Amino acid sequence: MKVTIDGISIEVPEGTTILNAARMIGGDIVPPAMCYYSKLEGSGGKCRTCLVKVSKGSEKDPRPMPKLIASCRTTVMDGMEVQNITSPEVIEARRGIVEMLLINHPLDCPICDQAGECHLQDLGYEHGLAKTRYEFDRRKFEKIDIGDKIQLHMTRCILCYRCVFTADQITDHRIHGILNRGDHSEISTYIHAAVDNDFSGNVIDVCPVGALTDKTFRFKNRVWFTKPVDAHRDCDHEKCNGKVTLWYKGEDVIRVTARKDVYGEVEEFICNTCRFDKKKTADWVIEGPRHIANTSVISSNHYETMHPLPVVKSDPKLIEANEEQFERNTRL
Amino acid sequence: MEPLTSKRKVIESKPLNFLERAYLPAILSGLRITGKHFFRKSVTIRYPEQKREFSENFRGMHSLKRDEEGRERCTACGLCALSCPAEAITMIAAERQPGEEHLYREEKYAAVYEINMLRCIFCGLCEEACPKEAIYLDGDIVPSNYLRKDFIYGKDKLVEEPLNQ
Repeated sequence: MKVTIDGISIEVPEGTTILNAARMIGGDIVPPAMCYYSKLEGSGGKCRTCLVKVSKGSEKDPRPMPKLIASCRTTVMDGMEVQNITSPEVIEARRGIVEMLLINHPLDCPICDQAGECHLQDLGYEHGLAKTRYEFDRRKFEKIDIGDKIQLHMTRCILCYRCVFTADQITDHRIHGILNRGDHSEISTYIHAAVDNDFSGNVIDVCPVGALTDKTFRFKNRVWFTKPVDAHRDCDHEKCNGKVTLWYKGEDVIRVTARKDVYGEVEEFICNTCRFDKKKTADWVIEGPRHIANTSVISSNHYETMHPLPVVKSDPKLIEANEEQFERNTRL
Repeated sequence: MEPLTSKRKVIESKPLNFLERAYLPAILSGLRITGKHFFRKSVTIRYPEQKREFSENFRGMHSLKRDEEGRERCTACGLCALSCPAEAITMIAAERQPGEEHLYREEKYAAVYEINMLRCIFCGLCEEACPKEAIYLDGDIVPSNYLRKDFIYGKDKLVEEPLNQ
């Protein structure tokens, strides 16, 4: 099936969603997604940030779709033409969605441990929404401890349901879920029952905001002062292959997470032993520094690659003078 | 050697005339200039005791502010340290315990907050980065000291005095 997104055509298999087709192309035209998670079945369709405009339905029926549609839930048709960043209507709608998501968000980024790797923060930044027009009181919830390792800040939650799907599909049985309806919806456990499961820690990774955070990392440091390093270990758990990212501060591993791809989705889910209990360098086999996009705040002050000026590259004298840096660069 | 510029001027030294060779007139005219300066207003001040008025946008020592209820405003978000081009600021955050609400404004606070005044270039970027209006460079000139370690200012020197004292 042929689909054209923002003027770029691609052949995709039948049943592919528009969002996944865009991800196959890659680059700026990929719609953002707060609730869709490719590793979780049934996720998507809740946050509406991935709205796109279908300007041509298909080859057989070329009429445009009357409304903007959620690209994570809509499969492509042959000859479909989709507009994402080329359509001002989509940008405007997405702006509205982000503002909507931020209505009940406490905007406590200076405190939140997710700041720096938060998708809602990125979205707010992209759409220039640093301030809110909402004048009423925001939802208020008490902090809840889900087990002794995970903390839930319901005030920050955007109800993407990712953690619920994770608990349903990755762990054997789930204890937490959504209570109440609509505006009153709330992620919770019955009588604050502890989620004790070997894979429960993954809800921290899938949470696009700072609603579910690692209690062992709570207020330890800001993510942009830590240094991500890829590592692995032989994990006893049959479902976990022990491939993780270690976040170093100086000599200490202060956090362990799964490896996340460019869309912020984990590559493989990891077990709780790897995540919470193995916080010594001796436990791990280090693979090397993790590549962080230079647009991310985490890459600030991490001099991963050297970008020498053209004149340095051409002048033999300057090459000699910078020999040490070049060497270090190739070693990395 | 080749001249480096075209502006070279050849100085011709004439032999001194009688008055110049007499020594005293030149000494006297020199003393006259020295004497004149005795009665002029001096251009320097006696610094630590006397102080000049600073300009309005002078940036001196940092201070960590308190809010109107006397609680520390800083929430240890790390943006000042991130923006600092000299990497002079370090901090360790801690969680506010129940019962400490009158001390710290937010649920997180800086347990340790250090500025290395030898590193600081007083650019004021920390002030601009602060989302909580907690840090201002509104203090005095940082005093001199003998030891390097004494230039690392902790919270004891940086945090404003409590209101009711």
